[in-house]
Amino acid sequence: MPAKKSKKVATKDSLGVPAAVLVPKVTPKRFYGHGLPGIDVEKLNGKLIVVEGADGSGRSTQIARLVAWLEACGHHTVQVGLKRSTLVSEELEKAQQGNILSHTTLSLFYGTDFADQLENTIVPALRAGSMVLADRYIYTLMARDLVRGMDEKWLRNLYGMALVPDAVFYLEVCPEQLVQRVFAKNKALDYWESGMDLGLDRDMFDSFLSYQKRMREEFRKLQAVYGFRIIDGERSTNEISEELKKEIEGVLSGR
Amino acid sequence: MKRTFAELGFPGRLVAVEGLDGSGKSTQIYLLKRWLEMQGMKVFFSEWNSSALVKSATSKGKLNHLLTPTTFSLIHATDFADRYERQLVPLLKAGYLVLCDRYIFTAFARDVVRGCLPEWVRGLYSFAALPDMTFFFKANLEVSLARILDNRPELKYHEAGMDLNLSQDIYESFRIFQGRMFEQYLAMTTEFNLLVVDANQRIEEQQGLVRKLVAARIGLDRFRPE
Repeated sequence: MPAKKSKKVATKDSLGVPAAVLVPKVTPKRFYGHGLPGIDVEKLNGKLIVVEGADGSGRSTQIARLVAWLEACGHHTVQVGLKRSTLVSEELEKAQQGNILSHTTLSLFYGTDFADQLENTIVPALRAGSMVLADRYIYTLMARDLVRGMDEKWLRNLYGMALVPDAVFYLEVCPEQLVQRVFAKNKALDYWESGMDLGLDRDMFDSFLSYQKRMREEFRKLQAVYGFRIIDGERSTNEISEELKKEIEGVLSGR
Repeated sequence: MKRTFAELGFPGRLVAVEGLDGSGKSTQIYLLKRWLEMQGMKVFFSEWNSSALVKSATSKGKLNHLLTPTTFSLIHATDFADRYERQLVPLLKAGYLVLCDRYIFTAFARDVVRGCLPEWVRGLYSFAALPDMTFFFKANLEVSLARILDNRPELKYHEAGMDLNLSQDIYESFRIFQGRMFEQYLAMTTEFNLLVVDANQRIEEQQGLVRKLVAARIGLDRFRPE
């Protein structure tokens, strides 16, 4: 068995890249609920890896590093994220700027954006055996809606179309740290990321803190249901990416 | 179990009509509206008035054939939610008698024929209350088809179910698609207590029945001018 042999002799260079290219072990996939009509989960050979976290939690930095590392290891990667569908991304962007859609509408609009990427990007990529890195997934969408008082059963049915990822990491950073990181990057706080539509506080800074606190609580509740991995996002970028790589190595070897 | 607007304590009432294209349902709801209006009632006929954003996404999806059964279902649910939250709920809270040409049942029939799971689609629309009355205009399938197809109209791709690959011929595809929709409607008459109107009767006969049933089931006095 050449694969097994190469695994034994594989040594890593300084970047953590093994000398030999390993073929990831195929593990069975399933949907959370009803799933999608006409999709055979048996044929999905790739891996779906999700990174969740608030803006400023280091998501994009970590994903960029993972992509570089996975490619160096010989895996093909595909990236998806919220508001990136061909179908509705433009309209969603506009809807957010104008705050003109009511809640269920906006929620279903995001659901449409997700479904479009799921069917047209995620599933084909997994079928082709790629590593799909999702910059947020259904959990952010659910947490946002739950904070806004939407019915959990309704959300679960809606996202019953989603595939269960092979790994989900939630980069947790306390709201006080987040606000500092956002200011280090941008000049102002974002209306939605501050939950201004909820009317928690007229002061944007205070609203940001209470909104992010609520989001973190929702994520912890979701964690209990969906069992994803909470990553302490307050450590150094290197420490975090080392932990992520180790976890993903486990995923690739079918653990 | 889903509840009606009356059961949820809304002061307004919602009456919906459902049926295949060519079943004559739009004529019937128009005549019902005229009758109520003539009596000076607080009535509102809800037309499909999509907001610009949802409309833009829907037409892009349809035009470029980007839609799968799931996204087709979701984008229409988005459109419905928009109309529901922006128009229907405020009107029903304001005590209007709202008339709807098609409601959630159209989506149930259409999306299930497209291959979506019935429970999933019903769940998507579970935020919407049930109409206080729903008429299903049950016409002979061949008659409905003939009413539409005899003029050889320009059928739209999705309207004819062309995305389902039922037939290369758009008219044949429309026939098969409508036939399957019809079966879905029939199955829903018991599930949702739809009031079945024999749409093979004369227009006046049907309208007489509709008016009688509305008067009996909806306390019309509350919608009359003070």
